Amino acid sequence: MSRRSIPWFRFASPAAFYPLAGALVPWFSAVAAILAAVGLYLGLLRAPTDATQGDAYRIIFIHVPAAWMSMLLYLVMAFWAAIGWAFNARLASVVARAVAPTGAMFTFLALWTGALWGRPTWGAWWVWDARLTSELILLFLYCGFLALVSAIDDTRRADRAGALLAIVGSINVPIIYFSVIWWNTLHQGASVSVTSAPKMASVMLLAMLLMTLSFWAYAFAVVFVRARAIALERDNHAAWANDAVGAMPARQGATS
Amino acid sequence: MNWSSASDFFAMGGYASYVWGAYAVTLACMAVEPVLVALRHRRARRALAEAPR
Repeated sequence: MSRRSIPWFRFASPAAFYPLAGALVPWFSAVAAILAAVGLYLGLLRAPTDATQGDAYRIIFIHVPAAWMSMLLYLVMAFWAAIGWAFNARLASVVARAVAPTGAMFTFLALWTGALWGRPTWGAWWVWDARLTSELILLFLYCGFLALVSAIDDTRRADRAGALLAIVGSINVPIIYFSVIWWNTLHQGASVSVTSAPKMASVMLLAMLLMTLSFWAYAFAVVFVRARAIALERDNHAAWANDAVGAMPARQGATS
Repeated sequence: MNWSSASDFFAMGGYASYVWGAYAVTLACMAVEPVLVALRHRRARRALAEAPR
C-alpha cells in the first residue's frame, strides 16, 4: 500500500513544501515579468484606439485581470481554508492566509482602476451598481478574514474561524460574476466568455489574456513567498525549519 | 504601432490622468508587495537563525 500509493500528501508537509515553493518563485516571477512586458506592449502600443471610448479603454488591460484575480484568489483562499479545517491540514491554512492580502490588493486595484475608467466613460467615479457593490463587499470580506485571523491568538482557532468566514463569503463570488446578467447594471456585461466569441479585437483580447496570465503568475510567486514566511513563523521550533535556514538543530530540550 | 509620437502616447487621447493614474497605482502595488513579502520571509529566517538554543 505505502509503496504504490500516490504521495498526495507529500507536499502537505511544510518540510517538502518550503523548498519546492522556493524553487518555483523565480520561475513564476520571470513568467509574470515576460508576459506583462508583452501584454503591455500589445495593449498600450499596438492595440488600436477604441471607436467609442477613445484611449480610456486601455485601463481594461489591468482592470479585467485584477478583477478576475480578485474573484479567483477568493475561491482559492476559501478552498484551502476549508481543506485546512476539514482535514486539519496546517499547511492548507497557511496557504489560505498567504492568499488573502494579495486577493485584497487585486480587489482594491479592480475598484481603483474601475473608478478611473468609470469617470470618463460613465461620468461617475462610483455608482451603487450591483457589480461595483458586490466587488466592494469582496474587499470587505478579505479585510474581515485578515482582521479575524489576526485577532485570535490561538493559531488553529484563528484558522478555523477564518475558514468559516471565507466559506460563507464565497457565495459573493458568483454574485459578482453573474451580477451583470441578474440585474440591470451600468457595468457592461462580459466581453469574454467560454460560450461565445469574444466581443473585442483580437490584439486587445490577446493583450488582456497575457496580462491575466501575468497577474496569475505574479500571485503564485507572491503567495509562495508569503506562505514560506508564515510556515517558518509558525514552526519556529521544528527541525525542518532549522534545516531550511541552515541553523543547527536545537540541542537542549530535544527529546527525539 | 498605434501612436505617431511619444507625446501622443503619453497624452492617451486626452485620458492621460485616468489611464496613467490606473497604471501607476497598479504598478506601485505590484512593485511594493513582493518587497514586503520578501522582507517578511527574510525576517522569519533571521529570527529562526538567531533563536537561542
